[in-house]
Amino acid sequence: MTETAPGDAPVLEVRGLHVSFEGRVGLGAGMAGKKATRSRAVDGVDLTLLRGEVLALAGESGCGKTTLARTIMGLERPKQGEIRFEGEKLGTSAKILREYRRRVQIVFQDPTAALNPRQTIYESVAEGLRIHGITNQDGLTEEKLVARALARSGLRPPERFFLVYPHELSGGQRQRVVIAGALVLEPEIIVADEPVSSLDASVRGEILKLLLGLRDDFGIAMLVVTHDLGLAWTIADRVAVMYLGRIVEIGPAEDVLTKPLHPYTKALLEVVPEAGGLSRPILSGEAPDPTHIPEGCRFHPRCPEIVSSAAANAGVEARCRGEDLALIELRPGHFAACHLAAARRDDVVPSTST
Amino acid sequence: MSVLSVRDLQVSYKTQAGPIPAVRGVSLDIDPGEVLGLAGESGCGKSTVVNAILRLLPAGTTVSGEVLLNGEDVLSMKPGRLRAVRWTGASVVFQGAMHAMNPVQRIGDQLAEAIVLHGQAGEKEALVRVGNLLEQVGMPPRRLRDYPHELSGGQKQRVMIAMALACSPSLVIADEPTTALDVMVQAQVLTLLNKLQRELGLAMLFITHDLSVLVEVCDRLAIMYAGRIVEEGPSTPVFETPAHPYTEALAAAFPAIGDQRFRRAPSGLGGDPPQPESVPEGCSFHPRCPLAFDECPTIVPELYEAGEARRAACLLVPKREAVAP
Repeated sequence: MTETAPGDAPVLEVRGLHVSFEGRVGLGAGMAGKKATRSRAVDGVDLTLLRGEVLALAGESGCGKTTLARTIMGLERPKQGEIRFEGEKLGTSAKILREYRRRVQIVFQDPTAALNPRQTIYESVAEGLRIHGITNQDGLTEEKLVARALARSGLRPPERFFLVYPHELSGGQRQRVVIAGALVLEPEIIVADEPVSSLDASVRGEILKLLLGLRDDFGIAMLVVTHDLGLAWTIADRVAVMYLGRIVEIGPAEDVLTKPLHPYTKALLEVVPEAGGLSRPILSGEAPDPTHIPEGCRFHPRCPEIVSSAAANAGVEARCRGEDLALIELRPGHFAACHLAAARRDDVVPSTST
Repeated sequence: MSVLSVRDLQVSYKTQAGPIPAVRGVSLDIDPGEVLGLAGESGCGKSTVVNAILRLLPAGTTVSGEVLLNGEDVLSMKPGRLRAVRWTGASVVFQGAMHAMNPVQRIGDQLAEAIVLHGQAGEKEALVRVGNLLEQVGMPPRRLRDYPHELSGGQKQRVMIAMALACSPSLVIADEPTTALDVMVQAQVLTLLNKLQRELGLAMLFITHDLSVLVEVCDRLAIMYAGRIVEEGPSTPVFETPAHPYTEALAAAFPAIGDQRFRRAPSGLGGDPPQPESVPEGCSFHPRCPLAFDECPTIVPELYEAGEARRAACLLVPKREAVAP
């Protein structure tokens, strides 16, 4: 296979995106002057999705990856920043958002929850067409469009599935129905939130093959939200790693997964189970709390480079603790937000140990 | 003597549509201090095996075969003896720790309850032991006054592990102990289980669908498909050079990062795991098997020798052995 060359034109651009959720305060506490805690779920994200590209968005639970995906879908309103779709800033009017949501479709984690158990497969897939008032497209009737989407999702012959209910299908088939429901609207982008994690292991590969096929055949760009870096390895062109509301590393999948620059990415890779493992270092503590984002580099309280004094030896520890930083391009197309990695790059002798 | 010895276990659930065979002849042994991993997908019968070992199955379920726990037959035990053996002989760390605890009882009391009920200590002494147990699983003893909602997911799972150890059992069964946890916390819990297992010399039965987790913590692996064990042997060889095509497919679902064979090439099997009520004739895997040949739909394969201490239920195994003696 030739190196997939996603057209260089970005289909989606996210600039300086902030999304936060206000906590609640009880009446008494509020009158006593207590302020609600604000959870900064997405805290300054820049992201570009190229046409026909598969971008994996990875991170622990609570890192904001699902909120980012929902915001890109137009399901959350950003506090700050903008989303540009095909070069144009996304408006907020209902009419614009409706058209946008046709072209950006989502595939949820659990197909059993995503499908209405009392609707036939035909109704489930046709629902999107009806909402968007599409009765005829490419000279095809609704029935033909539904059949085509089911067939493209690997449910053949499609007519056999029209009058079937979700409970009559296996988990893998249900996920194919969900994908057909997205596909029928001919989107430019599919956002897939953990698309295979609720499926049986032996079924996952086929669903992933299907998603990759959609990219190859129709040039659909995909944002795959996952905690599984092995999954990113099997399907992604680029990988973005998120920590506490920010992307801390992004670049070509091979670079990020085999030559990571950010200590957090390294830590995530350490905990991927493998034969003969269990002797590896593991970050202590629970997933971080987006209501209390640390000063300086947001990862510094858990950073192994600080514990091991590597940051101090490189003379950057004070900056780690006090200076917030943005992504820096350290290799071609490979960005990381790490003072230490940046310092090592700036060394006269290029460090190869990272 | 094996800590656990299961011989030809068969379990059928009673339903309105007739009996459904969930486990169709499973045999396994766990030696003292050994960790056996049991892998398989949903519906393969792995959780049924766990429940059969401690007789936790619903009334009316038909169970046959033999389950020996420290030489004692569990299936014929009287209720009083059975109650004594649960927790002291074998204990379970269930999946979904969040649902396994009483939300209105302090965790210290929940842990002490098991110790007191099994007559291992009085109430005061039990609380001291609970403090030690919490320390053992890496939690400050003062947390025994907490309620479950005050703990994070990983901490709850640690408490569940402490509970499983409360009565010093010889066998701990871990049923998907890390499935609901985040990657980083999963690694912490696995490391803890591994450390405790070695320190206490525990025998463990570890159950999950995630083969990459099993190969990391287990000495031996048994792979289940449609109610039967289809391959067993030492974990690393089974994972790296599977003898059964199903094991191979399962292993490929958890590719190693950096392995170019899987880069942009997800691999999986067509079709779905069979429902227990309609298991295919012959080799139950043949409709999905990429290597199936004309004999597979008719002959039920037994577990053939497949290398050192390894066995696999695939008709190709004896053929391969015949070609390369």
